[in-house]
Amino acid sequence: MKYFASYHNNKFAAIFLSAALLLPLLNACGSSGASSDSAADAQGSAASGENGVVYVYNWGEYIDPDTLASFEEETGIRVVYDEYETNETMYPKVASGATQYDVICPSDYMIQKMIENDLLQPLDYDLLPNAVANIGAQYYEQAEGYDPGNLYSVPYCWGTVGILYNRTMVSDPVDSWSILWNEKYRDNILMQDSVRDAFMVALKLNGNSMNTTDPGELEAAKQLLIEQKPLVQAYVVDQVRDKMIGGEAALGVIYSGEAIYTQQENPDLEYVVPKEGTNVWIDGWVIPKNAPDAENAHKFIDYMCRADIALKNFEYITYSTPNDAARALIEDESIRNSPIAFPDLNDYSNLETFQFLGDEMDRLYYELWKQVKSE
Amino acid sequence: MIKTHRVRNLFAAPYLAWIAVFILVPLAMIFWYGFTNESGAFTVENIAAMARPEHAKALWRALYLSVISTLICLLLAYPLCLILTERRTGRQGMIVLLFVLPMWMNFLLRTLAWQTILEKTGILNTVLSALGLPALNIINTQYAILFGMVYNFLPFMVLPLYNALAKIDPSVLNAARDLGANEWQTFLRVTLPLSLPGIVSGVTMVFIPALTTFVISTLLGGSKILLIGNIVEQEFTLAYDWHLGSGLSIILMLFIIVNMVLSALADQNGEASAL
Repeated sequence: MKYFASYHNNKFAAIFLSAALLLPLLNACGSSGASSDSAADAQGSAASGENGVVYVYNWGEYIDPDTLASFEEETGIRVVYDEYETNETMYPKVASGATQYDVICPSDYMIQKMIENDLLQPLDYDLLPNAVANIGAQYYEQAEGYDPGNLYSVPYCWGTVGILYNRTMVSDPVDSWSILWNEKYRDNILMQDSVRDAFMVALKLNGNSMNTTDPGELEAAKQLLIEQKPLVQAYVVDQVRDKMIGGEAALGVIYSGEAIYTQQENPDLEYVVPKEGTNVWIDGWVIPKNAPDAENAHKFIDYMCRADIALKNFEYITYSTPNDAARALIEDESIRNSPIAFPDLNDYSNLETFQFLGDEMDRLYYELWKQVKSE
Repeated sequence: MIKTHRVRNLFAAPYLAWIAVFILVPLAMIFWYGFTNESGAFTVENIAAMARPEHAKALWRALYLSVISTLICLLLAYPLCLILTERRTGRQGMIVLLFVLPMWMNFLLRTLAWQTILEKTGILNTVLSALGLPALNIINTQYAILFGMVYNFLPFMVLPLYNALAKIDPSVLNAARDLGANEWQTFLRVTLPLSLPGIVSGVTMVFIPALTTFVISTLLGGSKILLIGNIVEQEFTLAYDWHLGSGLSIILMLFIIVNMVLSALADQNGEASAL
């Protein structure tokens, strides 16, 4: 009680105390910024739509908000929508059961991890007619690599990872990951702040598989990343886009889906898939085992697979859509046949898709990444 | 007597319940996670992990930055508070309010705003280049983190210091002068010792959040500079290793406890005004 007593006669006491109480709270809840935790609040209290609620957990800026509104209007199901920045930040929230979602959109290797850790429920394709009709067969086939039999996931977006560079700031030809180690671009390079993506770059440059489990190869990749660190301006995820548009950096590692959008905003930007190969990824809709309403989840996924809705999403987020029916609806031919949005994968060599390498390996990757970052 | 005791206990009950649910239970969980491994067996490995170079480096860096930022805050705040208390213009309240006002805005937003200001092509450099001055590259360096710490935590130094200094009875100062002390001696032998409780609580209030912050280092350090707060945060949010995260935070708690014991010791002399 002495603490409070000493402020008795002071008119600032109230301000001070309230501020002092607030700060640790703010400090505690402010992680990397954009993600919101509204589902936890909404779950108990908020009013639901006439046909219930669907809780969706998706990547940041990965959907056209209009499609959520039209879904609500057409189905009477209210959407509670949360976002995450990396697969790794999504996983603990779902695995610990802290919040329950109906639909999530992880990447290939994370879907595999969730399947192996028994966190997903099988999909009922009878409830997903649009997914059956519209998603291209080759994408289902590719998805078998992490989801055999396509039991648990429906592809939502796909793409490659490459280098986005600003022609006015880079004089050398950009065709190799090695340019990210060029002293000339010190403090002008943006790397992905995500363990698998960062190691992919170094492993590919060393000519290794990005799914390696060889400690020696990983150690070499770590050394390479440590060597690169002084040249890196910042490790970021979603911010690569805005920083590249604003001319804040010359080179950035980015997902192909951002390339079209950034080029529209800043015509000096160019996207390249390096010759050493890269990651071909698929993000897919899944339904967690503990989903409160699996029926609504199916409705949501199927709605997102409708050609007109998938087209809207493609136009908004510009990530390659596996939805052939939607692609056929794209009016601008230069985009419909864009080598960035819809690359012919046969043109590239050394393409790979991430695999889940087991919890032990995850741990090792993360440990090495921590050593890079704390250097 | 018994009755008033009972009433008193009744009033204390909500607070006790609060402590139990939001302080004791989480603390117990941290200790449980910190001293066990995934299979639930007892281990001290998570605690000993602090000695691993990547963790030790981050802890050392956090200590170093938080000590410097605490010192800067103290050096900035002390003269200000002296001026505020000595010149009783009637506007001190206004000035202190100006210090506190930014705290009503979200901490994250304010730090994000600094990111926009300090960026290479940010507001500061735009202004500098318009004036024909060279650009300042402090974003994503330790300096930017230091700056963010001082900016965010300065009010926590100003308020307890102002409080302590304002409580000094002017007649004590007059007595010192009457007895022949010059301004410097008065400051050293009267004002400074009497303001010690304010210094101690100010230092505590700045040092602890600075030591444990992870937001400032992520946003202003470009994720290039890991502090121990980042390591702990990422063990929970990315690595999903609550055991290691808890183990490391137990060590961090030790630093905080040491700091608080030191404050309590310093406090015994002066009148209690610590927080």
